[in-house]
Amino acid sequence: MNGGPMQTHETTARWLRALLPAALCALDPAGCGGVRLRAQAGPARDAWLTQLRALLPPGTPLRRIPLDAPDARLLGGLDLAATLRAGRPVAERGLLVEAHGGVVLLAMAERISSAAAARLTAVMDEGVVAMLRDGLETREAAEFGVIALDEAQGDDENLPAALCDRLACIVELEGLRAGDCPQLPFDAGHIAAARALLPTVSVSAVAIQSLGAAAQAFGVDSLRAFMLAVRTARAAAALDGRDQVGEPDVTLAAQLVLAPRATQCPVSAAEAPADVQPDVQPEMTPDAAAPDRTPDSTPAEAAPPPVDAADEPKDERPADLQQPLEDRVLDAVRAVLSPDLLARIRLAGGRLPRARSAGRSGALRGSGQRGRPVGVRKGRPVAGLRLSVIDTLRAAAPWQALRRRQSAPATRVAVRPEDFRVVRYRQRTQTTTIFVVDASGSSALHRLGEAKGAVELLLADCYVRRDRVAVIAFRGTRAELLLPPTRSLVRAKRSLAGLPGGGGTPLAAGIEAGWSLADALRRQGETPTLVLLTDGRGNVARDGQGGRAQAEQDAQAAARRVRASALRTLFIDTSPRPHPSAQSLAAGMGALYAPLSAADAQGISQLVKQAGAASAGQSR
Amino acid sequence: MSQAFPFSAIVGQDEMKQAILLSAVDPSIGGVLVFGDRGTGKSTAVRALAALLPKMRAVEGCAYQCDPDEAASVCPICSAAAASRRARRVPVPVVDLPLGATEDRVVGALDLERALTRGEKAFEPGLLARAHRGFLYVDEVNLLEDHLVDLLIDVAASGENVVEREGLSVRHPARFVLVGSGNPEEGELRPQLLDRFGLSVEVSTPTDLPTRVDVVKRRDAFERDRAGFCAQWAGHDARLRRRIVSARERLPAVRVPDAALEQAARLCMQLGTDGLRGELTLVRAARALAAYDGDAEVGDAHLRRIAPSALRHRLRRDPLDESGSGVRVARAIDELLPA
Repeated sequence: MNGGPMQTHETTARWLRALLPAALCALDPAGCGGVRLRAQAGPARDAWLTQLRALLPPGTPLRRIPLDAPDARLLGGLDLAATLRAGRPVAERGLLVEAHGGVVLLAMAERISSAAAARLTAVMDEGVVAMLRDGLETREAAEFGVIALDEAQGDDENLPAALCDRLACIVELEGLRAGDCPQLPFDAGHIAAARALLPTVSVSAVAIQSLGAAAQAFGVDSLRAFMLAVRTARAAAALDGRDQVGEPDVTLAAQLVLAPRATQCPVSAAEAPADVQPDVQPEMTPDAAAPDRTPDSTPAEAAPPPVDAADEPKDERPADLQQPLEDRVLDAVRAVLSPDLLARIRLAGGRLPRARSAGRSGALRGSGQRGRPVGVRKGRPVAGLRLSVIDTLRAAAPWQALRRRQSAPATRVAVRPEDFRVVRYRQRTQTTTIFVVDASGSSALHRLGEAKGAVELLLADCYVRRDRVAVIAFRGTRAELLLPPTRSLVRAKRSLAGLPGGGGTPLAAGIEAGWSLADALRRQGETPTLVLLTDGRGNVARDGQGGRAQAEQDAQAAARRVRASALRTLFIDTSPRPHPSAQSLAAGMGALYAPLSAADAQGISQLVKQAGAASAGQSR
Repeated sequence: MSQAFPFSAIVGQDEMKQAILLSAVDPSIGGVLVFGDRGTGKSTAVRALAALLPKMRAVEGCAYQCDPDEAASVCPICSAAAASRRARRVPVPVVDLPLGATEDRVVGALDLERALTRGEKAFEPGLLARAHRGFLYVDEVNLLEDHLVDLLIDVAASGENVVEREGLSVRHPARFVLVGSGNPEEGELRPQLLDRFGLSVEVSTPTDLPTRVDVVKRRDAFERDRAGFCAQWAGHDARLRRRIVSARERLPAVRVPDAALEQAARLCMQLGTDGLRGELTLVRAARALAAYDGDAEVGDAHLRRIAPSALRHRLRRDPLDESGSGVRVARAIDELLPA
């Protein structure tokens, strides 16, 4: 648009495609659900957020939700200070209710627990916060869009799929610089006018059909994504000042909503059978894109509709007119698929596996605010602790007469901070069994099947006990977390089934990966049990170099680390004949040692149970 | 939040709709568990139920919405003031249990307002009281804390809520149909709990384009004009409502011949379901289905249609069987009840 000479057309187009969701979200926050903004904290993200703020019509709330916002802050609860002052229960409004009609910024969204995400998505679905807490009961409207600030870098951190599913646009700022950021040709007034227009915008059946076909062609299974694409198209039309969704809106919605979710790439439109809707509807011609009816306060520089900038192959239009809209939508999506995504699709053999949640079920153990209540104790109801009103009043009761005499005669109950009683909760500590499986060529190939069998039996046990399991495999030069801690059997099954064997034995890396996961879990208040299945003969050192001597030294060093942190560990020797090196390694990490040759899968399951029981006894 | 999406406008998902409708016909089937993909209309279907159900008669002013025609299990308040009971027609409650609800609001607790302002010890009924004679819906049931799920299932099974807390000792009727939904990838329910639900259905995202386009078109039409859309479907909903009412009337008269009982028992034996709960539910649900279809007698066809929902969650779980229990049930049905 008004960019300097240094800017290439492509950068500007990418930036505009990244910025348009901000405008659409400002326009219809609840309808679009929001934006997943994938970017590290930095100037580029700030530039994006600045433009979003500028676009929100005056009076539109914008609330930032910290990562660990407790339910009381999120959904609302008893306002203790006001309650005591007034002598009757006073409710405190939660952040989500305050954000009604506006936008919620979710900081560090990739680290949100699925329990917190579930609260958020429940409110998004209903548009209402139903709060049933602390003896209070309210229902308040809360329709908002969520800007999920996703700073995930690796694969192990992921936005909960349930939340991601409800955010229309996925914006990737990677590689964009704040300096190149163009100014969107809209202002808050523009957005307000478009908001008024939005309810009257209609979508033709052809438009819905083409978006549906595009979703299917690119392997976007979620019906919600499809629905969000339709809503985004409608918002795009309103933004452009039209009351009918036209082709540019459809292609833009497909680019913004469907392209980032693509799990496969269809063959080019040229060879695709064009059987549905061969005739092009009059309102779908590119002329409809002309800004003939933009809202009154159109700034001069808004003349070229921004959708055009995002719509790259515009010079091919005359030829495109012969194609049905569906095919043109497919082409538009194909044009913006990131090369990285295409590469991954190719790698996965045509179709990416469906996005999965991290398998973290339930909330992490907080500061004793969940679980079964087990009595009360004296204390102030600071963050996370819940006041037990009854016991507080009971504690205050004997002093009432005295206090009334001391201070001015009060009709209310006189409660002082020293009366406060808070509820104590006890949560069953979560046990997580971490399987570190040697999948290398040396030991494994002939024993891998048995090792898998043992793990599978253990999984069944863990399932009954509601324990969580994690699986780490090591082979070649490194260890890999195949399955993050989960209670989901479906996922455990899949990860095991796909476990290949062969390659070197990076034993040190395997032990270390197991140790660091166990350590992380322990920090979260869980009880990890480490189960190592290997022959104990490493031949790849920590730095990935071959060499048995160095590899064994490194393995011993890793083993000492396990011992030092007093982890409950079970070492299962998978070699055909028990070997002294394995035994010494097991001793080095203070592990229970069991040769697999002596123990069948059933026996191993018994041993893990023993190890778990011993660790439970030890930690008490 | 003014109007819910009409039940009859939900595209496809026939098994889920069947299970929900049957538990409306016969609440004693014991609740429905809906597990499956995101965005398949699980919550939409349950929330649509409220508008679909015929109104019921309830004692005016009673917090538990007691049935005025039923003398046996009325709440302590109603039985004390038996003379002055007046009835009115109220909608059947479909109560949503929001995530993050605290236990005191679910089971009921001391009335804070009265305790603080007047120093009185009074019981304020919770969600369970409000769900009495209706439905209690828990979305993301697998994310609910275990002790709350235990409590819900216990109350749903016993039909009575016993509160012993904060110096209160209250018991009141709480008979409701528990409907849970969730996504198995977020974690699973304890196997012990699965068995307590009467019917279990699995939903998945439709994959054929016309169906998907239909879903989105209807949703879009609904969002643009809620009142108009609901009016358009009101006739369909009314037809369903009449069908539920007549099925309820017919239900006690539906016969279950010995042959059907034997078939049900054989099916359960073949599948190795634990306990008698599977057989009981299967027969009950088949009877409700026969009533819903207008048939006088339970036949193999009814059993065949309802067996997957009634049994799939009761199989001894082989955690590593990739095919899933639905397939095993289907195989057994094909073997024992050929179409």
